[in-house]
Amino acid sequence: MLVLEDVNVYYGAIHALKGISFEVNQGEIVTLIGSNGAGKSTSLKTISGLLRPKTGKITFNGENLASIAPQLIVSKGISQVPEGRHVFANMTVIENLELGAYLRKDKAGVKQDMQRVYGLFPRLLERNTQISGTLSGGEQQMLAMGRALMSKPQLLLLDEPSMGLAPILVKQIFSIIKEINEGGTTVLLVEQNAHMALSIANRAYVLETGKIVLSGDSKQLAASEEIRKAYLGG
Amino acid sequence: MGSSITQQIFQQIVNGLSLGSIYALIALGYTMVYGIIKLINFAHGDIMMVGAYAGWYAITVLHLSFLPALLFAMVACALLGVVIERIAYKPLRNASRIAALITAIGVSLFLEYGGMLLVTAQVRTYPPVFPETMYSFHGVIFKYGDIVMLLTSTILMVLLHITVQYTKMGKAMRAVSFDKDAALLMGINTNNIISFTFAIGSALAAAAGVLMGVYFNTIDPLMGIIPGLKAFVAAVLGGIGIIPGAMVGGLMLGLIESIVSGLGASTWRDAVAFLILILVLIVKPSGLFGKNVREKV
Repeated sequence: MLVLEDVNVYYGAIHALKGISFEVNQGEIVTLIGSNGAGKSTSLKTISGLLRPKTGKITFNGENLASIAPQLIVSKGISQVPEGRHVFANMTVIENLELGAYLRKDKAGVKQDMQRVYGLFPRLLERNTQISGTLSGGEQQMLAMGRALMSKPQLLLLDEPSMGLAPILVKQIFSIIKEINEGGTTVLLVEQNAHMALSIANRAYVLETGKIVLSGDSKQLAASEEIRKAYLGG
Repeated sequence: MGSSITQQIFQQIVNGLSLGSIYALIALGYTMVYGIIKLINFAHGDIMMVGAYAGWYAITVLHLSFLPALLFAMVACALLGVVIERIAYKPLRNASRIAALITAIGVSLFLEYGGMLLVTAQVRTYPPVFPETMYSFHGVIFKYGDIVMLLTSTILMVLLHITVQYTKMGKAMRAVSFDKDAALLMGINTNNIISFTFAIGSALAAAAGVLMGVYFNTIDPLMGIIPGLKAFVAAVLGGIGIIPGAMVGGLMLGLIESIVSGLGASTWRDAVAFLILILVLIVKPSGLFGKNVREKV
């Protein structure tokens, strides 16, 4: 479904992604784990079009994403929940969700998806006319995810959904990610909380300073000595 | 005697609202552009001047009446605003803010002195578009032109409010002004939204220019400087980047000026207006409607 081949990304002079290749298949949950600055967020931003690779190729359903304007990538079926939520804090919950469906023309389908989002996150329905800047961190995370789902993505990119949330909320968010995936949406998940990420993912890639150093089945990785030491705290 | 003082006060309020609504129209353009690309568009007052000339041209040469002339000027300046943004500001989008600011001053000078080259520095008389009819209500005089002016600016501001609050384009504008990257992820073409913002802001400035010409009867290529500066003050007073702030700031500035003039101190009016600005900013640096931005992480 999504294939990255030898992708190199620079921030000015800094070489952030050094020839990364990986793939995500239809229906999977794939996670990228690694420490701060390893290039996890950069990978997601490059897929969603916020950053452009200097060299290398990213294809989605066989289509080369380099030839698509950044703002149109979402219309191809890739939707990103950015790190730090980035909800439009000056607007209501409903307006945020409507913006998630900005490019869609099928009004009935948008309405249906809004109901689906409210079903996944009943809290958003309770607060739907509230200015989203007044929501709690967990609610903002739900809103950011709901907003991303409003574009009806085939592939959902999630960047650090657990960041800054209480453990109970993290559990809840992860079970919703699983539910979204079971509903037919493929998920690419970036997490510092490697333990949680490996527990729901099918496969994982481990990034270190812009390179993929390990990959494989997430259960096997979770059991491997190397990963336990480096990312799971023993 | 008592009633005549009340009359005086109300008269100055009427005058102040008319003038203030012009400031408000200009201030809106400043604040919208600032809200979306964080640029103080110092050429904005000069776009108003071009609008005044476009209206003058439409009335005297094309023999249009007030409303079509107003629309003509608004469309012309909307195009001008978009062209200026694309040519002068867009290439500097990722440059430092000071570079963009200096460019804006350059555009301002270009319009002022390019305008002189084109239409000469000579002052032109605005044709009288409104009858000299006056209405007296309890001794307070409403000129026909004042009423049209207030009405025109009110309608334009209501239209703007509806556009920004309720249309898809308006929501996209607010999204882009809040967070460009997140807006891009929604599929919003930020370049188009920025152009659209310049178009609307410039069209409002053009309307202000036409009203200004009608109000003061004369226009010249440097007429945009002082009202532009004052509208900028109005925008800061209300809280730059905040649309209702610009409306209130503009009206307040107009009211202050005409009340100070009404007290017989017309030479002091600008000084008082700026003094009030300074006081407001000392007490509330983000302006009357400004919020202290806090970010949740």
